[in-house]
Amino acid sequence: MKLDAKIPEGTIEKKWDDHRFKLKLVNPANKRKFSIIVVGSGLAGASAAASLGELGYKVLCFFYQDSPRRAHSIAAQGGINAAKNYTNDGDSIYRLFYDTVKGGDYRAREANVYRLAQVSNAIIDQCVAQGVPFAREYGGTLDNRSFGGAQVSRTFYARGQTGQQLLLGAYSSLMRQVRAQTVTLFPRQEMLDLVVVEGRARGIVTRNLITGELRSFAADAVVLATGGYGNVFYLSTNAKGCNVTAAYRAYKKGAGFANPCFTQIHPTCIPVHGEYQSKLTLMSESLRNDGRIWVPLKAKDGKLPSLIPEAERDYFLERRYPAFGNLVPRDVASRAVKAVCDEQRGVGETGLGVYLDFSDAIQRLGEQDIRDKYGNLFHMYQKITAENPYQVPMRIYPAVHYTMGGLWVDYNLMTTIDGCYAIGEANFSDHGANRLGASALMQGLADGYFILPYTIGDYLAQAGNSRIAVEHAEFRGCEQAAEQRITKLLSIRGRRSPDSFHRELGKLMWNDCGMARNQSGLQHALEQIPKIRQAFWQDLKLAGPANTLNQTLEKAGRVADFLEFAELMVRDALARGESCGGHFREESQTEEGEARRDDGAFSHVAVWEYRGESTTPERAIEPLLFDYCKPSQRSYK
Amino acid sequence: MNYTLKVWRQARPSEKGKLVSYSAHGISSEASFLEMLDIVNERLLEKGEEPIAFDHDCREGICGMCGSVVNGYAHGHQRGTTLCQLHMREFSDGSTIIIEPLRAKAFPLIKDLVVDRSAFDKIIAAGGFISIRAGSAPDGNAIPVAKEMAERAMDAAACIGCGACVAACPNASAMLFTSAKLAQLGLLPQGQVERDSRAREMVRAMEDAGFGACSNHGECEAVCPKEISTNFIAFLNRDFIVSSMK
Ligand SMILES: Cc1cc2nc3c(=O)[nH]c(=O)nc-3n(C[C@H](O)[C@H](O)[C@H](O)COP(=O)(O)OP(=O)(O)OC[C@H]3O[C@@H](n4cnc5c(N)ncnc54)[C@H](O)[C@@H]3O)c2cc1C
Ligand code: FES
Repeated sequence: MKLDAKIPEGTIEKKWDDHRFKLKLVNPANKRKFSIIVVGSGLAGASAAASLGELGYKVLCFFYQDSPRRAHSIAAQGGINAAKNYTNDGDSIYRLFYDTVKGGDYRAREANVYRLAQVSNAIIDQCVAQGVPFAREYGGTLDNRSFGGAQVSRTFYARGQTGQQLLLGAYSSLMRQVRAQTVTLFPRQEMLDLVVVEGRARGIVTRNLITGELRSFAADAVVLATGGYGNVFYLSTNAKGCNVTAAYRAYKKGAGFANPCFTQIHPTCIPVHGEYQSKLTLMSESLRNDGRIWVPLKAKDGKLPSLIPEAERDYFLERRYPAFGNLVPRDVASRAVKAVCDEQRGVGETGLGVYLDFSDAIQRLGEQDIRDKYGNLFHMYQKITAENPYQVPMRIYPAVHYTMGGLWVDYNLMTTIDGCYAIGEANFSDHGANRLGASALMQGLADGYFILPYTIGDYLAQAGNSRIAVEHAEFRGCEQAAEQRITKLLSIRGRRSPDSFHRELGKLMWNDCGMARNQSGLQHALEQIPKIRQAFWQDLKLAGPANTLNQTLEKAGRVADFLEFAELMVRDALARGESCGGHFREESQTEEGEARRDDGAFSHVAVWEYRGESTTPERAIEPLLFDYCKPSQRSYK
Repeated sequence: MNYTLKVWRQARPSEKGKLVSYSAHGISSEASFLEMLDIVNERLLEKGEEPIAFDHDCREGICGMCGSVVNGYAHGHQRGTTLCQLHMREFSDGSTIIIEPLRAKAFPLIKDLVVDRSAFDKIIAAGGFISIRAGSAPDGNAIPVAKEMAERAMDAAACIGCGACVAACPNASAMLFTSAKLAQLGLLPQGQVERDSRAREMVRAMEDAGFGACSNHGECEAVCPKEISTNFIAFLNRDFIVSSMK
């Protein structure tokens, strides 16, 4: 696979400006002649669709929920970063850039990250102007808080509901364009295939989730903003419907898939409690501003937390990482939590948990202050666990949360298929091997409001405007393939539900390709996944027809894709013999148990190319060069 | 724990629906309400019966996708809780639980417990926004907002658009939903320019979509999982009157 990242020449500060100047423009009067499909209505999709609509393009926006406002971006809690330096604590575009590259353990593309930091400030301006009710200081200016992996306060927030408020802001801009008739919404539609004609992405095939109707849509370009694939682990902080289907279908049509093994395990989630559990709930990283993480010093202590005196507590993050303390990046915190639980010092029924304790903060600041900052999170915690975190420490454990891997894109956010773009969590993104907190919202909105609208114009101006009918053989072929697959799923008539396969896959992935990975575990997974997949296609049980709302059928389609995609993830994890960020290979660690990168062998993006059902995919690389942030072993000590 | 469920089953809008009894036995008290439904659905599937269709996604009380009427209350009897956050420990062992869709003229039924709430999107499209183009905004701190004002706006903005308020209202009114958006934008300095037209157009869209009028029953606030206050309805009324006088 030929990879040209199209990184502009020039100094890092000037790349984006120079590039923008060189991009071809579409004449304003001609924009409405171009149609663009945007799949996804999360922060990335909604902001892109709205902005493209504002520019005058004809936009078709698809999503599987009933309203664009329900995309999983809504669930983001903690905040969004920007280099405003409103707190006067030494922040700058350069520092945000540097922190992000370092936080990602030097596995991101410098030029993209710098641009992200550059446009971050405009995002805050845009959201404020939309009426996003960000938290304020008493003087009326915007308030900030700190997030992991940074020593400045650059995170803007709206209580513990920042994602909700940003998404509702983007949604309002989107609905304004719906009213202006530049954007047409297609709710409850699932993209099942990408249609590529003569090497260009020309449309998609969707299933109407209410009527079951399969339908083709043609356009001049296709933008995938379909979110992350964390649900490959079954249990994650993602919404139940989050899937890899759209991205995986694009991969099968020729889009390179980058770093699929880079997944983020978030340290602070509510621990698992039972086999029937359907999802995991995040407790925002912002809590680590005021909560202290600890476990008993003694293994299997068993005493109530209130009965454990200070001297018998181990504030292990503060002890191991005095400079960053409880605010070390997520990958570092998660592994440290796992390590103490492996030493049998974990708390709670299962022993898979540590305390996140607010008693010091409550004493120092008062309960009301804590309530103002984190009220809704405490409320949520109490709902789920029936424990009052104002009185007893929270119990938390790491859980799958975010996927840094995704469709490979060049500097213009285009995948390896002409005219097919990927934005937001769906692309392999700017976060390298580990994303810093509050940076996904920033990236999704940067892509959608301020990057894609420029770069896609350049493509359209060059590709020109040529109509294609959905009667074209390529569309018909994709529709037929989608239909055959649905018929096949329904005709298996076996004994097991889609969920039972999904759970089995999830357990395997968590054990063998989770927080710590090693050669033999990964090899084991590589043997097991095809077996689960085979069982799925022989023993799946569904009920109900295809021509009405059929949620079991929807699930089966998504699980089928996860069962293939999981294998790609494991292959990628096997091939990357180093540890970096969230990808921890036990074979590659320092004496202190920290991740050890191998820049000589792995300073690159791994990009996988689909080679057909019975052929192993091919691994290409995009070398990563660091002209500004010189790679060093990350240290948060 | 063991429960008897009576669930509204309706294959499609054109068919007649009815309450069907199922036994939900051996359920952990720690399971969430939707996890209980998952278990029941797995068992139905095992028997070759069609699982109960219900909407859900985030399962953490924020996307607004879930929501059924449980024993007569939208999202169940626990205050300030979405259905996905409700846990089975709130139901006594051996009890009967009646589960029905959110019913309203403006929310046509799709299947079983799933309804079409796109009328809410129409209300927002009518004016639930501030007209600002990407790229044209001034510096964020150029528009100071008093902390209390930002907090009040946030109280209104917390609405998740689930539709419980409509289903609970004897008139199937969407006043709480509409007023929450109007208040959020109307309380902030950024929202002043379009304040009048916004009130006029959103209220009109609300009526056009088939929602009823408000006659101050207050059921909406009682069931709202985000405990949005009916005070915002007074805000709407004021803005609407002012805008119609102009
Ligand atoms: C609980 C939680 C808390 C978080 N907190 C933070 C935070 O505080 N700060 C931060 O920066 N980041 C946070 N994140 C990460 C961040 O929220 C996400 O990475 C980001 O919102 C993803 O946005 P997106 O637009 O790429 O995708 P999403 O918001 O997931 O949207 C995906 C869209 O694609 C559509 N879609 C998907 N598949 C298909 C298909 N096959 N067909 C049709 N449509 C499809 C969906 O309907 C949806 O509209 C958090 C994530 C979680 C899960
Ligand atoms: S499923 Fe999202 S609010 Fe209940």
